[in-house]
Amino acid sequence: MATPNIPLWEVFIRSRNGLAHKHVGSLHATDATLALQAARDIYTRRGEGLSIWVVPSSAITASDPSEKGMMFEPAESKIYRHPTFYDVPEEVGHM
Amino acid sequence: MTVANITVSETPLVLYTLRRADDALILGHRLSEWCGHAPMLEEDMALANMGLDLLGQARELYSYAAEVEGRGNDEDKFAYLRDVRQYRNLLLLEQPNGDFARTMVRQFFYATFADLYWRAMMRSTDATLAAIAAKSEKESAYHVRHCSEWIVRLGDGTEESHRRTQGAIDELWAFTGEMFAVDDSERGLIDAGIAIDPAPLRPQWLKTITGVVDEATLALPKNDWMQQGGRSGRHSEHLGHLLSELQSMQRTFPGATW
Amino acid sequence: MYTQALNSSEGEDRNIEDAARAAQFQSRIDADERIEPNDWMPAAYRKTLTRQISQHAHSEIVGMLPEGNWITRAPSLRRKAALLAKVQDECGHGLYLYAAAETLGSSREELVDLMLAGKAKYSSIFNYPTLTWAEIGTIGWLVDGAAIMNQIPLCRCSYGPYARAMIRVCKEESFHQRQGFEIMLTLCRGTEEQKAMAQDALNRWWWPVLMMFGPPDQVSQHSDTSTKWKIKRFSNDELRQKFVDATVPQAQFLGLTIPDPGMKQNANGNWEYSAIDWEEFKQVLAGNGPCNRDRLAARRKAHEDGAWVREAAMAYAEKRRQRSALQAAE
Repeated sequence: MATPNIPLWEVFIRSRNGLAHKHVGSLHATDATLALQAARDIYTRRGEGLSIWVVPSSAITASDPSEKGMMFEPAESKIYRHPTFYDVPEEVGHM
Repeated sequence: MTVANITVSETPLVLYTLRRADDALILGHRLSEWCGHAPMLEEDMALANMGLDLLGQARELYSYAAEVEGRGNDEDKFAYLRDVRQYRNLLLLEQPNGDFARTMVRQFFYATFADLYWRAMMRSTDATLAAIAAKSEKESAYHVRHCSEWIVRLGDGTEESHRRTQGAIDELWAFTGEMFAVDDSERGLIDAGIAIDPAPLRPQWLKTITGVVDEATLALPKNDWMQQGGRSGRHSEHLGHLLSELQSMQRTFPGATW
Repeated sequence: MYTQALNSSEGEDRNIEDAARAAQFQSRIDADERIEPNDWMPAAYRKTLTRQISQHAHSEIVGMLPEGNWITRAPSLRRKAALLAKVQDECGHGLYLYAAAETLGSSREELVDLMLAGKAKYSSIFNYPTLTWAEIGTIGWLVDGAAIMNQIPLCRCSYGPYARAMIRVCKEESFHQRQGFEIMLTLCRGTEEQKAMAQDALNRWWWPVLMMFGPPDQVSQHSDTSTKWKIKRFSNDELRQKFVDATVPQAQFLGLTIPDPGMKQNANGNWEYSAIDWEEFKQVLAGNGPCNRDRLAARRKAHEDGAWVREAAMAYAEKRRQRSALQAAE
């Protein structure tokens, strides 16, 4: 008999105050409360975290890697969005 | 070289500390028996975490007992060179793991008590005990949280899980009274503000337990006959088997260092 | 991210192979780019990785059993806590690895079911028994030592989720080998009986540990494509040699004798070991090792005994969903 699937969750952890939550891995749990506890028990055993988010994997909408060109390459040519595009004489100092 | 049991001069403070240490070791040992065999990997991690918390508590308490006693005993001598009659843990904690429901109910009953107890002990006039309590309270608070969530799911899950969990409650209930008992040896320490009187903690304990048990659609037994004896070394038959395993190396290779 | 294919096996249709895509894929690999879950990949790459990562995961989980055998008998409280933490780490590593395998489209449950049915392999080393406390030292020192040799190059493997899992595993495992070596050192500095126990464990584990690196390069069936895909960066024999060269001086330090009288150091400084009994390896992989049956039986029992717990949690989640749907409807 096939074993029924228990939902998958993605775990995000803030390692220090001031830092953003970062994806650290996944786990299986039947509901959000157990997922949060499992995340604590699995991913913060060495003091890695101060805050945890768990998100059902099925709730994540991802961009399609095959559309990478359309999605991301147009940004590459907009070099005027970066400070280094502009010339400011050295005498002016830091700006 | 000797296989003999150590002798312990059980002054009230040594005895008091050993009782708490034995609680933590025996329950931690029981939880460690699950390692590699839990219902799912996530829960294997959780059980080991709780076991490690308890082993840590046991080691601190044994070390303190050794310091207070001052006769050259240490954490390992206390753990490995006392026999059943010298162990002072609660009967509840030596009960076999049984199924997952049994383990969770045992943990839930004890952790809910321990959390209240440690919180009270943070105000002990004994600075070491107060410090151990402060650290242990955070651990037991999480154990309460984790076990409560499971009790609710098991009680209100399937027919089978309900039946098993109700069975575990019925089976273990008679061991809960011992947590709140006090003997003469502890009375003096309580009066001195060193030890904690557990009796006043019972209403709050019962309130928490009842809340969770109700939510889980389970019931507490009506029978209020309570077993006692662990605190003075009159144990169930289970403890001897636990100790024969726990102590096998020290008994087989007396005096060796590992 | 991990959304499309998880807990299901669909998505194979996205992998209709054509030469152009395959060539593009290979050029990404050659440029040391990482492949991520939803990227196009050849079906054989997916299959190879699923097999390798899930076998790795099974090995971590089955690997809990031989050491778990000593948690309740650890000879001091310090050793007991360290061993419990270490075996727990292995559980965590199995968990990370299953999650990495799941990004390729098979669910953990499917993978575990295959293992329990005896249809998936796990490391042959865990089919040997832990008879004395010295095996706990030996496993940490040699088995974890060998595993680290294998795993460090995997941190740079072409498949992103596997590489990331390996980084985490390697970081956590750094204490495992030291823990084992410390146990060995204590035994070797202890009584004659303890030292004999250490030597006996080394005698029984040495050859099986060398077999952990897999068959010799001439006969290894997966090596060529795995190397091309940068799943594998060193050959079995290269890693084995590296391990032997690192281990011999450690054994000398302990005062233990490696059970290979023919072993000698060559002009390059490498230790040449005698022929490995590959027939034994074959037999253990075929299910005839001393503990194969016990290991599978223990995992099956845990799985079966836990079924009602998992069902209860699922049933509760479902009830709660229904209750909140009812509330919302009111």
